[in-house]
Amino acid sequence: MKYMPLIIANLFRKKLRTALTIGSFAVALFLFGLLVVVRGAFSQGVDVAGADRLDVINKVSIIQPLPYAYRDQILRIPGVKAITFDEWFGGVYQDEKNFFPQFAVDPDNQRVVYPEFAIPEDQWKAFLQDREGAIVGSGTAKRFGWKIGDRIPIKGAIYPGNWEFNIRGIYQGAKDNDDLTQFWFQYKYLDERRQFGKGLIGWYIVKLNSPDDATHVQKAIDQMFANSPYETKTETEKALASDFAKQFGNIELLIVSVGAVVFFTLLLVTGNTMAIAVRERIGELAVLKAVGFSDRFVMFLVLGESLLIAAVGGLLGLGICKLFTLGGDPTHGFLPFFYLPYPAIVLGIVIAFAVGILAGILPATGAMRLRVVDALRRV
Amino acid sequence: MVRVDGGGGAGSLIQIRGLDKTYRRGGEEIHVLQGLNLDVDKGEFVAFMGPSGSGKTTLLNLLSGLDVPSRGSIVVAGDEITHMSGNKLTEWRARHVGFIFQMYNLIPVLTAFQNVELPLLLTKLSKSERRKHVETAMAVVGLADRMDHYPRQLSGGQEQRVAIARAIVADPTFLMCDEPTGDLDRKSADDILNILTRLSKEYAKTILMVTHDPMAAERAQATLHLNKGVLVEGVAAAAGSHV
Repeated sequence: MKYMPLIIANLFRKKLRTALTIGSFAVALFLFGLLVVVRGAFSQGVDVAGADRLDVINKVSIIQPLPYAYRDQILRIPGVKAITFDEWFGGVYQDEKNFFPQFAVDPDNQRVVYPEFAIPEDQWKAFLQDREGAIVGSGTAKRFGWKIGDRIPIKGAIYPGNWEFNIRGIYQGAKDNDDLTQFWFQYKYLDERRQFGKGLIGWYIVKLNSPDDATHVQKAIDQMFANSPYETKTETEKALASDFAKQFGNIELLIVSVGAVVFFTLLLVTGNTMAIAVRERIGELAVLKAVGFSDRFVMFLVLGESLLIAAVGGLLGLGICKLFTLGGDPTHGFLPFFYLPYPAIVLGIVIAFAVGILAGILPATGAMRLRVVDALRRV
Repeated sequence: MVRVDGGGGAGSLIQIRGLDKTYRRGGEEIHVLQGLNLDVDKGEFVAFMGPSGSGKTTLLNLLSGLDVPSRGSIVVAGDEITHMSGNKLTEWRARHVGFIFQMYNLIPVLTAFQNVELPLLLTKLSKSERRKHVETAMAVVGLADRMDHYPRQLSGGQEQRVAIARAIVADPTFLMCDEPTGDLDRKSADDILNILTRLSKEYAKTILMVTHDPMAAERAQATLHLNKGVLVEGVAAAAGSHV
């Protein structure tokens, strides 16, 4: 630690240059964080998908319905523990910009199949007793300032008319990355009021006794409804989420490519900065060696400067990114999993250090090999 | 006592025997120093003079372990330094040599205090002990009130005094001064020479100084001339081998 003032003093030699280099790191790491967040937003559904859940959708497309009558037939298949279903509502609250996902749900089984959403018992009971009741995620409630008892008007887009709901409960997630944007209301309310599609639902979610039952239950469901007007396609929740994410293209490749270009550029910028920083004080490094500082010390001094720049810039960029994501999904619903996880922050710091070492290693080695006699002659 | 005939006793602080330094430039060999002998006792203040290219700085570099000779031996305070490895030489320099350069070579981003403290960072002294040493060295050069100044806030003479403080702070065996007054006006140069004289007389510091300035050389107890790689005695003692 007694050498720290020397490292810090050297960084303040050219304040603007140091600030710009730290800024480069900060921008790069902010971008890295953002790319991780976006990647996560597209694939988080895959990560949080339950291993013991199957999704049953219409074989033609997820937007095609399935009959409510399938419910009991599926429930009889060995290995099936519970079943619930959802129906996409797609309404508009005040303005189309205020998007959030709304589902008509099966209140009897929703909590059995999705135990990760925590709702106080009294709120759930109030929801069950109110045909126009709704449960909303804490993210959406916070976004619009809703509280329990509020009456929320939603304009139907698929099912025309003005629909009104009473907020009866607010759910929380069990994990930081659980989706807190959903709005649930009772399927019966939808089915009674809508003019078409009666007796149909959007898709089923099947809870299995064990993840080991997935293959045979999957096969049994699809065979059961083969050659019917509503053929099914059954997948694990993870596979469905993965298919959904792939619709947007190869996000992973895009993110890795952009990230690689950013970090390579950063490596060049920082490497150049460190090379200049060493070149312009060759005489000073020679004096340090003359008075007894070892070659290795001089190397670590230069590497230390490079690492300190990387650490400050990296932490700054990742910190700003974390703050940015704390504000929640900026698209208001399109990316519900807008979240920078801590492992990504650790990875970002590791990458920043790696770039710091790579950028500093050549100038540091040059400084280490510097011959005092030659360097002093140049002063 | 200073001798250049190789006849000094084993008690000399610095003993040089048959020292050669040859550079190869292109295909040509340049003999900078040839068969040089030198004995310097502790507490001597020796000036080296000679035309440019005569090998003065090369001799200083060899003596301070910054360069290695082509042949011959250098023994300082009982240590044969000619065969030491690079790392050993670095450690040896930290203990035995205090450097004073023509251009001061202070680190501009460090205060005078921090510049003087640098050699002490290599020791096991505590922070408070280092502070005491630095304060003492700064007082010796008369800059106790300038410790928090940066080099840019000091005059050339003051910068050189800080450099002297840096050179003496770890109490090295000898001081190596390469044109210490070469970049200074007469008055500042006199101030620097007064300090060096005091260090020699009051603190018995051994000082080896390269200079072009005859007035600076006059302050030394002995002056040696280097000419074409050969060391000859000073004018004042040209008649004998003792200087």
